[in-house]
Amino acid sequence: MSFVEVDNVSKSFGTLQVLEHVSLTVEPHNVVCLIGASGSGKSTLLRCINLLEPVDEGKIVVDGQNLTNGRVDVNAVRRKIGIVFQAYNLFPHMTVLQNIELAPRKVRGVTPQMARLTAFELLERIGLVDKADEYPDRLSGGQQQRVAIARALAMGPELMLLDEVTSALDPQLVSEVLNLVRGLAQTGMTMIVATHEMSFAREVADKICFLDHGRIAEEGPPAQIFSEPREPRTREFLARVIEAGRL
Amino acid sequence: MHQVVHTFFSPHNFRVAFPDVWAGFQVNLKLMVVSEILVLIFALAVAIIRGLPGRGARPLRALMIVYTDFFRGTPLILVAFVVGFGLPALNIKIISTRSNFTYGVIALTLVYTAYVTEVYRAGIESVHPSQRMAARSLGLSYWQSMRFVVIPQAVRRVIPPLLNDFIGLQKDTALVSVIGVAEAALQAQAYSQTYANFTSYTVAAVLFILLTIPLARFTDHLIAVRERRERAAAT
Repeated sequence: MSFVEVDNVSKSFGTLQVLEHVSLTVEPHNVVCLIGASGSGKSTLLRCINLLEPVDEGKIVVDGQNLTNGRVDVNAVRRKIGIVFQAYNLFPHMTVLQNIELAPRKVRGVTPQMARLTAFELLERIGLVDKADEYPDRLSGGQQQRVAIARALAMGPELMLLDEVTSALDPQLVSEVLNLVRGLAQTGMTMIVATHEMSFAREVADKICFLDHGRIAEEGPPAQIFSEPREPRTREFLARVIEAGRL
Repeated sequence: MHQVVHTFFSPHNFRVAFPDVWAGFQVNLKLMVVSEILVLIFALAVAIIRGLPGRGARPLRALMIVYTDFFRGTPLILVAFVVGFGLPALNIKIISTRSNFTYGVIALTLVYTAYVTEVYRAGIESVHPSQRMAARSLGLSYWQSMRFVVIPQAVRRVIPPLLNDFIGLQKDTALVSVIGVAEAALQAQAYSQTYANFTSYTVAAVLFILLTIPLARFTDHLIAVRERRERAAAT
């Protein structure tokens, strides 16, 4: 059974239809990359999967649990699903350590000692042990984004949603974050990654979904999508990406 | 000229009036401290209730809006009259037999809570929605997000305007003299009526100013410290 099943999901903001009958499956330990122009619905789809946005119609099932029937404990679902945002969204009044420890302590009820232990393990993994007691605004964008990933991982999620996590970064900071994501993929984390980094998508993804105006226009393995896209719209999009020097 | 100095700034009268006005001023200080603490607590509660999401909370939100509209629009002196003379006239044991001091605190708290609620609310609304979203996405409940993420940031941001409102409250403690709280203004008035000299009011004014200036500087200091911290953080 697929770990994530998005079935015929539609979503609009007022008169603007952002998602139109989107269906998507993610197998356990797979990485699915969502590509497509800004405004194609990538972020909205991720937010719907985390119930940060309610869907108008359709069904989302994660790990056998139907999230969209209204009876689900939203907070319980979110414990299993980590999301990382383009703008990091670290809590500015807390240190790096406090950012990472907050949810495990308050949501999972982990003891302070355990939370600290986990936090330092994660800091080690992201290479920022020396920044444990700094406030986020003393960190570079890349460091902040790594902390945001660690914060999400601290809850021990079974699914990670990454929403253009490198789009707000200076070019020279992109690779440190991508390396971390690559590492996550290698540990077998199930992920859905919205990204503009095409070569990264080609390298880590098990499946690529090309979104166009709220629809999945084409999906397939990276080799096929990037080398022989079937849809004219996909070809057009990739041509523009290549023109911009991003592939 | 000599007349002006004698009437308002007579050193002799200053010395004579000082003990009574000073005694009265201590009542102002007490009014101020007790009311400020109550205002800080109630106003945060009102601000949080006004921000509650969902349809079910609509009556509560409406109630809080009526409250803030009413007490922001009503002059403190009227509220003081109604509380100070009206509640005793009700002849209900628990609420009609309180001291004038208590009535003064109630009047000040009612009015200033309405103001300070708006300050808190502005602070809460200034926290970017993405902060809530990040908190909720980690599995924190609505209340946990408010408690650990939104309110701490909001309160930090509104400390200077809060202190500003408290400077207003300090001065307005003098207004509850109208219901017979023996504070500095009332003592000054008594002196002026007995000795036909207004220097007692100068005494009261000096005391209020001496209290206000440190608070104003303290506010400046807090802002400066934060700016320094933020600037250090940015480099």
